[in-house]
Amino acid sequence: MYRSHVMVCGGTGCTSSGSTAIMQAFDKEVKRNDLDSEVRVIHTGCFGLCALGPIVVIYPEGSFYSMVKAEDVPEIVSEHLLKGRPVTRLLYDETVNEDNTVKSLDETSFYKKQMRIALRNCGVINPENIDEYIGFDGYQALGKALTEMTPEQVIETMLDSGLRGRGGAGFPTGLKWKFAAGNKADQKYVCCNADEGDPGAFMDRSILEGDPHVLIEAMAIAAYAIGATQGYVYVRAEYPIAVERLSIAIKQAREYGLLGNNILDTGFSFDLDIKLGAGAFVCGEETALMTSIEGKRGEPRPRPPFPAVKGLFAKPTILNNVETYANVPRIILLGADWFKGIGTEKSKGTKVFALGGKIKNTGLVEVPMGTTLREIVEEIGGGIPEGRPFKAAQTGGPSGGCIPASLIDTPIDYDNLLSIGSMMGSGGLIVMDDTTCMVDIAKFFLEFTVEESCGKCTPCRVGNKRLLELLDKITNGTATMEDLDKIEELAAFIKENSLCGLGQTAPNPVLSTLHYFKDEYVDHIKNKHCTAGVCKALLTYKIDPEKCIGCTLCARVCPVSCISGTVKQPHVIDESQCIKCGACMEKCKFGAISKG
Amino acid sequence: MKSLQDLAAIRDKMKQTVNTREAAHDSVRVVVGMATCGIAAGARPVLNTLTEEVASANLDDVLVTQTGCIGICQYEPVVEVYRPNEEKVTYVKMNPAKAKRVVAEHLINGKPVTEYTIGAVTKETN
Repeated sequence: MYRSHVMVCGGTGCTSSGSTAIMQAFDKEVKRNDLDSEVRVIHTGCFGLCALGPIVVIYPEGSFYSMVKAEDVPEIVSEHLLKGRPVTRLLYDETVNEDNTVKSLDETSFYKKQMRIALRNCGVINPENIDEYIGFDGYQALGKALTEMTPEQVIETMLDSGLRGRGGAGFPTGLKWKFAAGNKADQKYVCCNADEGDPGAFMDRSILEGDPHVLIEAMAIAAYAIGATQGYVYVRAEYPIAVERLSIAIKQAREYGLLGNNILDTGFSFDLDIKLGAGAFVCGEETALMTSIEGKRGEPRPRPPFPAVKGLFAKPTILNNVETYANVPRIILLGADWFKGIGTEKSKGTKVFALGGKIKNTGLVEVPMGTTLREIVEEIGGGIPEGRPFKAAQTGGPSGGCIPASLIDTPIDYDNLLSIGSMMGSGGLIVMDDTTCMVDIAKFFLEFTVEESCGKCTPCRVGNKRLLELLDKITNGTATMEDLDKIEELAAFIKENSLCGLGQTAPNPVLSTLHYFKDEYVDHIKNKHCTAGVCKALLTYKIDPEKCIGCTLCARVCPVSCISGTVKQPHVIDESQCIKCGACMEKCKFGAISKG
Repeated sequence: MKSLQDLAAIRDKMKQTVNTREAAHDSVRVVVGMATCGIAAGARPVLNTLTEEVASANLDDVLVTQTGCIGICQYEPVVEVYRPNEEKVTYVKMNPAKAKRVVAEHLINGKPVTEYTIGAVTKETN
């Protein structure tokens, strides 16, 4: 029996900031203090509050240590684990009361409004130990489905729960399963889309790293429901920790007979393999993904036929995203009514968002559907650093759009996001303040899709390229007002005529920023002015002769030596030579340099 | 190959372990003084016995934890039991055998072991 558990975050974020060394230091120190029979050190998945990593949580107290360094470990072990005195200076400051007592993590603003269903085991269990997963009711749902439910009942429960695809489009999961179950075939497949590619989104990676067994259990349930015997997880090779943990989990599940023949002695057989993706964004599109599993070049094909009819190897197939699957065992175990009780009328359950951009608490948050953007940004996210104003939030990545400040009180669910010109997408949520240029942001996402377009269909391959060139004209000050009309016309054409979701949604970031921030576009074109001060071609740096004392610092840091002046005399920038790097402004101690 | 019964057995066994991580429930707290004085007086075996006994009795709502010096070093090892809506009970001069009795009588049956409490012991010494 261990009296204390030390959970060291082993997610990608914390690993890259040194959690492996921390883990080793804990092992060493615990041993040195002769505590190894009393204290257990466990490598877990992501806690979500990545901004404060590396994170260490010590139970039973639930003390939340943030930004831990390996050097801090001896102190934590001798003070906290040996003498029972939490090291307050390393505790997440929100968990420490004024009288130095510690409050529960659930009471902090970051966690208070969260509800963890898909992420429930992340940061709680050791992902490389199947027994711990079982200890938290793991594989109970599979047992229940196989012994107490017919495949029809499983599908009925999924339909009734209202669960919709978490990968982007929000298609009802139960319906997908029902279609595939209804198609007779000698072989069917269950696939998982773990080819997470939206810039900034990393919830699927966190689930794979923190709770890989949940995916195996859910896919086995899905296979039982539709009558499949083989599954594939398509995961990107850039997620080495996720791939490793999933491989370990599959091996353990096979050893326990939870994958393979005659699972739990019920006559049901199912096995699972991992397919590594090479990182092409388009392979996150379902038909391209399956083509890639088949060993061919990852390109989409027209639908219909839909995968439920003719999918992988031309057999009926279902494909769900990791987060979608992560909800399944809980729904089977606790029932559709429980799940239906969470969320909004048409969007049930929770959604995980990857909070990024200009926000204090970057990380992963899981909230009930219908939570407002304001709650996510201001309360959970802790607001915008330096007290800057909220300008917009981008959801849905390269397929989504921007939500302006005026709509910050919108309850977030699938339909509300669509109605305001954005989309749920996989759940990337990028917060922007007044230093973000909306034309530049649209350009950023379009550059991404242009780069990732597979090139199979012309509207996407050529159309988006032309669209990007139009945006370029705007940001370098050579566009005319007619170009705005051209953008709208071209965007509509691309959306209508592209073969797959990538092209059909690629113009969204442009259209939504143009809709909500048209003034900014016009300002760029007519006044050659970028309010946010981002578009370099439109910027001029000036030195205010009143404020400049002639310290010469700016002239010394200018990489192209375009600032001239003598000591103690106001300096001058030669605008024809200036490359607008901003180094002078950053260095000036007297606030004499301005841009505009 | 595992059967459903095997799974249930693993789950029950693991529950004892992983329960430690279900913090913040409205539970009984058993706090062991683990400052230098407490450790020197033998608090660690007491803490470990409490942890083991609580787990083997499947007392899900009992949290065994530790604290620093309570200030009555001459009475260490000290164990405090907080039950919701009841006054705190302070046990002093504890050892593993006494700890077992506290779990059985106080935590399971709700009857404090009066003779180990600070009130009884200080009376004795006086």
